[in-house]
Amino acid sequence: MSVTIALAGNPNSGKTTLFNQLTGANQYVGNWPGVTIEKKEGRARGYSGVTLQDLPGVYSLSPYTPEEIITRDYLLRERPDAIINLVDATNLERNLYLTSQLIELGIPVVVALNMMDLVKKSGDVIDSAALSQALGCPVMEISALRNQGIEDLLKQAVQSAQGARTAPPNTLSGPALQAVMDIERMLEGLVEPAMRRFMAIKLFERDRRVAGLPALDEAQRAALEQLIHGFEEQLEDDSESIITAARYEWIGELSARAVRRARTGQRHSLSDRIDRVVTNRVLALPIFGLVMFLLYYISVTTVGTLLTDFTNDTLFSEWIASPLRAAMEGAQVSPVLVGLTVDGIISGVGAVLGFVPQMLVLFILLGILEEVGYLARVAFIMDRVFRRFGLSGKSFIPMLIGSGCSVPGIMASRTIEQERDRRMTIITTSFIPCSAKMPIIAMFAGAIYGNSGWVAALAYLAGVAAVVVSGVILKKTRRFMGDPAPFVMELPAYHLPRPANVLRAAWERGWSFIKRAGSVILLSSVALWFLQAFGLEDGRLVMVEDNNTSILAAIGRLVAPLFAPLGFGGWKHAVATFTGLIAKENVVNTYGVLYGFAEVAEDGLEIWSRLAADFTGLSAASFILFNLLCVPCFAAVGAIKREMNSARWTGFALTYQSALAYAVSLVIYQLGLLLTAGTFTPWTVLALVLAAGLLYLMFRPGRRLNGIAAPV
Amino acid sequence: MMKSLDQAPVGSYASIVRLHGRGATKRRLMEMGLTRGEQVYVRKVAPLGDPVEITVRGYELSLRKADAAMVEIAGS
Repeated sequence: MSVTIALAGNPNSGKTTLFNQLTGANQYVGNWPGVTIEKKEGRARGYSGVTLQDLPGVYSLSPYTPEEIITRDYLLRERPDAIINLVDATNLERNLYLTSQLIELGIPVVVALNMMDLVKKSGDVIDSAALSQALGCPVMEISALRNQGIEDLLKQAVQSAQGARTAPPNTLSGPALQAVMDIERMLEGLVEPAMRRFMAIKLFERDRRVAGLPALDEAQRAALEQLIHGFEEQLEDDSESIITAARYEWIGELSARAVRRARTGQRHSLSDRIDRVVTNRVLALPIFGLVMFLLYYISVTTVGTLLTDFTNDTLFSEWIASPLRAAMEGAQVSPVLVGLTVDGIISGVGAVLGFVPQMLVLFILLGILEEVGYLARVAFIMDRVFRRFGLSGKSFIPMLIGSGCSVPGIMASRTIEQERDRRMTIITTSFIPCSAKMPIIAMFAGAIYGNSGWVAALAYLAGVAAVVVSGVILKKTRRFMGDPAPFVMELPAYHLPRPANVLRAAWERGWSFIKRAGSVILLSSVALWFLQAFGLEDGRLVMVEDNNTSILAAIGRLVAPLFAPLGFGGWKHAVATFTGLIAKENVVNTYGVLYGFAEVAEDGLEIWSRLAADFTGLSAASFILFNLLCVPCFAAVGAIKREMNSARWTGFALTYQSALAYAVSLVIYQLGLLLTAGTFTPWTVLALVLAAGLLYLMFRPGRRLNGIAAPV
Repeated sequence: MMKSLDQAPVGSYASIVRLHGRGATKRRLMEMGLTRGEQVYVRKVAPLGDPVEITVRGYELSLRKADAAMVEIAGS
């Protein structure tokens, strides 16, 4: 048999746990096309030919957020054989809202009442039989966390998938029901009986984005509009709201019959008591600071760096690269091949894999925080600060991690639910100086600024400013304004993390990074190795000893004039910037090599005097800013590509970063020249125009959306 | 003057009179359970003053004050 069962339900209803239990290791995780949302598919354990399709957690099938559109389109177009609707029994009415829409789709539904153990503990009683009768479909009690009732659920789902389709029951109460039934009559002959109720409701709501909406003629459309309008007048509300209210009215009636509450008044569970500490006015921020510190300390400073250094320095350099090089040279292999293999490929692969240990540690820790439920509290606490800049409260974590390394930082943006906020965070995370950029800062601090501690501080400030400014600017553009859903969230109950979930998620994320981002990094590393190892001599392509004569240097010379208005037009600087694309630490090394030193200290001590000759205080600032803000290293670019899951968006991110870096450097340098030396050139004019442009983009009024002015 | 949900003090109950605004924003609030006649309880406010957490239909929901301002209530 070949049966597909979709898994649908609210966020936080335990879907991930259930999916993992139903499929075990037989999962495949990817992305829904063009969006950053995960797509999970798997084979059901114990059955052959039963595919489980996990759908994004949604509160409703209204077509406003990407998750909802994906879910609805999937259900309407792919028509799975059955739907398992996971319902959080501790939150019944709101969960039933989605249920009421699912059962209208003409696909057999099996409702899985999850967390029944918690319901029983609270003393409430839910009559599953009554629910089942009202919903017209089987209702199974389960506890996903405790692995109870899962086999029966699956058995029932497979049975329903192969069984007959029945007409959906009524899910509306009140006057709206009459309206919908009138429309149904209009659809006789146009739509099959199983779909008539659904289509009638969609027509009443004036929902145009439904696949398979029946085509009506002029007369019918006019009659329809008149009908809808009449009801809107009568009930003093718009048709969508009328339906929503009608659904909840029906749910209220159902709830009155099937649910008996133990006691009224506010409940104070263990989660509430924990929250009283964790989110209270005084303790919330210090506790938050502590958790973030621990997260950072463990994943970046200690364990993470330890593992990364081991992988890069010991594993790859000592154990693999050096012996391999020695072996190849000993075997008289051509230098080209040695170079390609050791400096190109191994180095590239090492760059990719070097990140993985740190990332895995981080993902495990983040996964624990997410499973436990703390990340939702983070959003709750930090939201006010971040949303002014178009970011989510959860954007704090990627930024924090990004101060260690952008790669895991960018990937941590997955915990952000809203796609718009997620994309914005991905774009701006690399503005925060990462640990690889610190040597650049230290080098200039020593060479130009007399080792002042201010340089580093200002660099971080500049990074944060870039994040804020970008948020403000981008939020006012059409692309980022499009998300109309208001930001609502639940604080789900705390529970102990399930190691299986955490480990599996961490592993999957790490692996997908290797696969997707890895290819970008590998190819670009090899390419860059080639460009700096080869040059043209007498018109022939040969390997060069002195990379001043390499192709890369030639490109550097070609491109260098572009950087002249920024204050660093020498070709060495262009080359250094390019090698920074592989890894930002390379900038220091490259300068070393270009100035004639085979090896330099981490902060380039030996070349300070040379740098001081080539840079002024102002041009150094411009250089630092440019390297801080522009496109990050290839590994981070790979991470961006992976998380954006869209070539267009990745391109936008990189273009925006480069443009911002260029503009900022230009403005700083030219206006600095104007103020210090009174120099006025066409470039100064350009700088003034750019500065004015930036200010305009920041302070222009936001557009009005849905009758409410967008904040900031 | 309309009394709205963002003005309700912590620890108070409020009854929803109607939702203002249009389109997706209003729809989402209603879909989360904030419908006419429903009673809500204001549980707490975030440490930085926003968002606010309310109990509605038996569960805890956090929303920004700017959105809560769209919910007209009759207090108690």
